[in-house]
Formats: sequence, C-alpha cells, structure tokens
Amino acid sequence: MTPARRGNLVEAGVLLAAIALPLILEALGEDFYIGFATRLLIFALAATSLNFIVGYGGMVAFGHAAFFGGGAYVVAFLMQAGIFSAWIAWPLAVLAAGVAALAIGALSLRTRGVYFIMITLAFAQMIYYSIVSLQSAGGDDGLPLEQRSTLAPFDLASDTTLYWVALATLAACLIALKRLAHSRYGRALAGLRQNEQRMEALGYPVDRLKLVCFVIGAGVAGLAGALLANQNGMASPTQLYWTQSGMLLVMVILGGVGQRYGGVLGALALLGLEEALGLTTEYAHFYIGLALLAVVLFAPRGLAGLAGLRAR
Amino acid sequence: MTQLVLEQLLNGLQFGLMLFLIASGLTLVFGIMDMINLSHGSLYMGGAYLGAAAAQASGSFVIGLCAAMLGMAVIGIVLELLLLRRLYLRDHLAQVLATFALILIANDLVRMIWGPQPLMLNPPAALAGPVELFGFSYPAYRLLIIAIGLAVALLLYLLVSHTRVGMWVRAGAANRTMAECMGVDVRWLFTGLFALGAALAAAAGTLLGPLLAVQVGMGENILILAFVVIVIGGIGSIRGALVGALLVGVVDTLGRALLPTLLRAVSAPEVAGHLGPALASIMIYLLMAAILFWRPQGLFPARA
Amino acid sequence: MGALLEISGLKRHFGGLWAANGVDLAIERGEIHALIGPNGAGKTTLIHLISGALRPDAGRIVFAGADIGQHNMHARVALGITRSYQITQIFPHLPVLENVRLAVQSRRRDWGSSFRMCRPASADFRMLAEAEEWLGRVGLAEAAGQLAADLAHGQQRALELAMALATRPQLLLLDEPMAGMGPEESAHMAALIASLKGAQTILLVEHDMDIVFRLADRISVLVAGRVIVSAAPDVVRNHPDVRRAYLGDEVAP
Repeated sequence: MTPARRGNLVEAGVLLAAIALPLILEALGEDFYIGFATRLLIFALAATSLNFIVGYGGMVAFGHAAFFGGGAYVVAFLMQAGIFSAWIAWPLAVLAAGVAALAIGALSLRTRGVYFIMITLAFAQMIYYSIVSLQSAGGDDGLPLEQRSTLAPFDLASDTTLYWVALATLAACLIALKRLAHSRYGRALAGLRQNEQRMEALGYPVDRLKLVCFVIGAGVAGLAGALLANQNGMASPTQLYWTQSGMLLVMVILGGVGQRYGGVLGALALLGLEEALGLTTEYAHFYIGLALLAVVLFAPRGLAGLAGLRAR
Repeated sequence: MTQLVLEQLLNGLQFGLMLFLIASGLTLVFGIMDMINLSHGSLYMGGAYLGAAAAQASGSFVIGLCAAMLGMAVIGIVLELLLLRRLYLRDHLAQVLATFALILIANDLVRMIWGPQPLMLNPPAALAGPVELFGFSYPAYRLLIIAIGLAVALLLYLLVSHTRVGMWVRAGAANRTMAECMGVDVRWLFTGLFALGAALAAAAGTLLGPLLAVQVGMGENILILAFVVIVIGGIGSIRGALVGALLVGVVDTLGRALLPTLLRAVSAPEVAGHLGPALASIMIYLLMAAILFWRPQGLFPARA
Repeated sequence: MGALLEISGLKRHFGGLWAANGVDLAIERGEIHALIGPNGAGKTTLIHLISGALRPDAGRIVFAGADIGQHNMHARVALGITRSYQITQIFPHLPVLENVRLAVQSRRRDWGSSFRMCRPASADFRMLAEAEEWLGRVGLAEAAGQLAADLAHGQQRALELAMALATRPQLLLLDEPMAGMGPEESAHMAALIASLKGAQTILLVEHDMDIVFRLADRISVLVAGRVIVSAAPDVVRNHPDVRRAYLGDEVAP
C-alpha cells in the first residue's frame, strides 16, 4: 500500500469515527460531551482558517478573533433583526468577515514582519472596541441568541445535528484546502512563502495573492464564528478580544504551521488539555503555559512535526 | 469648557507618559532583537502587584515603587537569560508562542499568589488631595506622575543619545550586524536592556496602580496600546515612542472626554449616544491607520 | 521602429548621492548589450530602475513605445522585462522543476490567472512540458527532481537563468550572472548566454571583461551615474574616456 493510500484510509477512518461519535456518546449517556466535541470542531475550523493565512500564505496575522468573533456577532445582529435562517445569516457572516479582511489586509500588507503582526492585532482591537461600546451589541455582556439558526431541512436545535453540521463544514474545508494547496494558486503561495522577491520578479502580483489568501482565511473564520454563536447561544466580546487571536495562533503553532491538519491537532490538544486540567485544577492555564514553553524549546515544528505527519 | 479641555490635556499627558514608560523598553526589544514580545504587559502587571504588595506591607508608596522596579528587573534578567535569549534567532511564530505562554503563566501565577480580587493601592498620603493650578484644582498625585514621567523620558533621552551604551543601542536598532562588528558584547547589552524595560514597565504599573485597578488582565489591555504607540512612532525609536505615546495618550483621553459632547452638538442625540463612545474608543486606531497609510514605517523609523 | 528600450535623463538619488544622474541609454531589439563601469557607478541601481524595484526621481523609461517609469515590477514583467539578481534568488525548498514551472505559470497571457484554486497545477501538462524544456536548455534536465537548495552554486545560477527565460521576456536583465562562479562554471554560463545571441535581447551587467567583450554586440560604460559611451566593443575598447575612467587598466583584454 502506498503512503498516500494509507493516508486516505486513515482519513476515512477518522471521519467515520467522528460521524459516529455523538451516537456513541448518547449510548454512553455522556450527552454533555457532544457540546464539547462541537466546540472542538468549531475551533478546529477557525484554527485551520488561520493556518491557511499563516502557514500557506506566510503572513503572521494576529487579528483572527475579529473575523471569528465578528461572524458570531453577524448572526446575533441578524437574529435581532428577525432573520433566523442560516442560509442567509451564515453567508452574510462570511461576507462581512471577508469585507473587513479586505480593508484590514489592504492596509496591513503595506508592512512586513513584526509590523504586520502588531498592526493586524491593533485593527482587531479596533473592531473589538467598536462592538463592545455599541449598546445595541450588549456591551461587555455580549448578545444572546433567541434561538439557534434555522437550517431547513435540518433541525439545528438538536445538539447532534449541530455537531454534524460543524463536522461537515470542517471536512469540506479540509478537502478544499487540500485541493487548493495543489492548484496554481496554492503553488504560487508556496513560492511566495519561500521567496517573495523572486515571485515579484517573475511577475506575480504578490500583494494581491496575499490579500486573497487573507480574505479567504477570514471568511472561513467568519463561518466558524457563525457556528460558535449557535453552539454558545450568544455572541460574546471575549471571542473578539486579542487573547482569542492569541489562542488561535497558539493552536496553529502547536499543531503545526502549514500542515493541513495543524489547526485541527492544535485545537484538539489545547482545548482537550484545558478541559482535562480544568477537572483537577483552578489554574489550568499555568500548566498549559509551561507545556507551550516546552513545545517551543523542544518541538519547534509542532505536534504534526512530532508525529511525522507531512501531509499538506 | 477651556478648563475641561486643559484638565483632559493634562490627563492625556499623564497617560501618554505612562505609555511611554511601557513602550520605550518594548520598542528597543522589537527594534534591536527583531523579536515580538507579548509578555511585556505581564511585566507591567507584575510590577503593579509587587508594588501594591510592598506598599501595603511597608506602608510606604516609595518603597513599593522601588521594590516593584527592582523585583521586575530581576525577573526580567532571569527571563532573558533562561528563555528569551533562546528566541532571538527563532522565527516570529516561536516568539509569539513562547511569550503568549508567559502571559498565561503570569496571570495564573498572580491569581495563585494574590487571589482573584483586585488589589488596592493608595497614593502617598501627602499627595492624596488636589492642588490649585491655573485657577482649577487638579489631583496632586497625577501631577507627580507627570513629573516622574518627564524625568524618566529626559533620563532615557540622555542615556540613549549621550552615552556609549546609548550609542550601542542606537547602532543596534539601526543595524544589528554592525553593532556586533563594533565589538559590542550584545548579549549583555540585551540582558541589560530587557531588565531596564521591565523596570520601567513595573514603574508604570505601580504609578498607575492608584488610578486604575491592580488586577489580572490589566497587562493585556495596555500591551496593545503600547503596540499602537510603537507602530506610530517607528520600531526601535525612543523618540518615536515618546511622540507616539503622547499622541495616543492625548488623543485617547480627549476623544473619550470630548467626542460624545461634540457629536451631540452636530447630530441627533440618539446617533451621538450610539456613535460617540464607539468612535471615541477607536480614535487611536484610526490615528494609527492614517499614519500607516502615509508612513508605513512609522513617524521615526530607526532603520533607514 | 525605435529601440526596444529607451531611457532618457533618468535620475535617482539616495540621500545626497546621485546613483543615476541623467542616464541616457537605448537598447535595440535582439542585441546583447553589456553595461560596464567601475564599482559604485550605479549599474545595479539602473537595473533596479528598469525592472521596477526602484522608481526614478526624474527621467523617462520607454519600453516598446510605452512609458513604464511608474509601473510596478509585476506590471513590467507582464510587458516583457524580467531580471535576474546578483545574489541567487530561487525557491530553495521546492524541486528544481517546480521552480521553473512557477516561472512558466507566471505568464498570464498564455495560461490565464494564477488565482485558479480548484484544478491541480500538475494537470497542466503543457506547463510541465515547457518547464522541462527550459531545464534542458540550461543543462539541468537531470536535476529536475532535486530540491533547488541541493544544487551546486553554478547550477543554481543556471536554474535562475532558466526561470528568467521561462517568463519569455522581450528584454532580459542579467545582473552579474557569473558572480561567485569558478572558471569552469563561468565558461558554461557564458556559453549559455552566447546561445541566446540574436534570439533574445539582453542587458548584461558583468565584471569579467573577457566575457563582456566576447559576448556583447554593444557596450555602454556607466561612470558616476551617467553613460559616457555607448558603442560597439572595438570603439569602447579604444575610447579615451573609458581608459581614463578605468585608470588605464582592466579594460584592455
């Protein structure tokens, strides 16, 4: 069996297990964990979208919470205005995140390196403050959802259905990511990551290639945010705050930058650790911090690197 | 109205000078080591906690301030020697991961030691009251902060522009390889710089303690403001940090105080009520965006 | 029809230094035009100005009839100006073939946009075939599957030439293509450039006067930001100003 065939089989197996997971949890009477698993999937999606920007596009963007949390707020705002259909609200969440990314990216991409990191961070804070200071957005308390979005013919009110929808979205994005990585655009991004100057000298519109990558990543994050609002039953300012951007970036680096499953592994590891440590200590973040330091010093290529997964 | 503007200008100056204390150390670390350090806000928080605890224990604000600066300088040295030194040559992602981890650790460590409740820090008793100034009364303590801020800014300026160490620092910010070629022992220079930056951040934390709450998470807010200052001023430039800090301090303070009133004068009350606070809170980011649009390298770029 | 590239009164300064101080230069279609001059004369600055890495402070750059002085780099490549760099610029961690394929792919006029996200790039057989052809032209067909970083220095320079050629430029700017090469590698590169003679318009910056006088159809001498002579090799060789600029040495082969 070729490694590629074996990889496909493993993927299919994991996908099947993920599909069956809520049924197993129900049978075990551990329904509570369906919600947690959905949360995992949603963060895996958000982290994957950031990994696309960081690992594929080579841009260390530190403002992803703006698009992630922003997507949640779009759903909440629309529900306030009486629009409950996910078929309308979710694409609008993607669109809003994309448009915001277009503006932020166009300005930020005028800079490089540490500047780019700090500027994306600052713009995301700008979005945080403008939403938090809006009274109609609930200020510091956030904006509760009256109910979950409606996604006819599916019934999102069921936790299991929401889980499957999140799983389907994540799987679709991972498949798209694989295709994209091998497309002309993906190859151009690979060149860009290695030598931007050379790409420019070959006649590639470097800034536009990067901007498109930034916008796509943000759009997917907006979709993840729409899912998160449904999972949490609210849009919350903490999802917009810069530490959320930091957490997503930590997931990507932890999982493996530019590895197709980096975002998924990172979200799984970080949220799993948080959940497990939370059972025994009040200070979970202290130990997570120590673990992250250990990763920086001893496993520079992240978990995917440790596991020897090289699939892109 | 003039009196309000004047008072807010002083408040802006005071906030700006504190931002300068925080941003000056940070901009040198960014500029010279090309290193992104997210944990600088934690040094500020740690300083505020150390200062509050020492002031409470000794009953003296001055002792609290000294203990905070000394304590954080030592912690800064330890951090630099044990961890940060290994990160200078790594990519920005590794630096983000490590220094973000430091934030997580610092926040929980503070909660372990001092608990989740904010600490109280009182200004020195002699300065608790107001003083008369240009016909209005202004808190004496805020005046003291302004005086200290100006003094530190002047000292830093003299240090950077008139001493041998300062020359190394400027050379390092402009061109690191050149600094190494000049035979500067950059490793110890870095350690010293980092300790200085930590002490200044701790000073800001303690001085702001009586005005803002000493609590977990205080560093995260201020860190982003310091970033905005650095981006506006230009990475690695002390002068840029000073100008950027004063700009941010004044624009933010004046914006919050005056913008809602101004908006009410020119637009419908419900629009002003909605828009005023939102616009005021993002003024400095709009300022940053505008400056970036015209000068992507900031106002005073250290590198040519 | 006028010259392919016509530069007039081109100026660019850095601080107080005029790296280009009124450059006039014309490059005819099909010629190999060498640009020589003492160190610091502004040769690389001129390449930057023509390729679009720098914008001029004054003067005109007219390429194939269009003023391109304010175009950005990728717009100029699309019009047909491609450059190579003094320091090797390749994609070190991609296979050699992929390096050239990316150069082929960059030609929008032939293949369409590089923003296509669905179809695998490897399904564009014609692109791959063309990339292999270019590798063959520079003698790297055997190395197609290696990582570019693993090539020897001379091979990397040849790869860079293949990449530049694969954009099918009307004007190729070669900035010291033999930099850092041993004699054997230099000879190979010189032969490659010679094989382009007549078919490809080239502006060549090179220090090795043997090679310059052997390859060039015309030579321009740049001194202190100005072209002092632009003529056939024999004329340049005996030109008194040139001898003075070089203090009487170096220039005589």
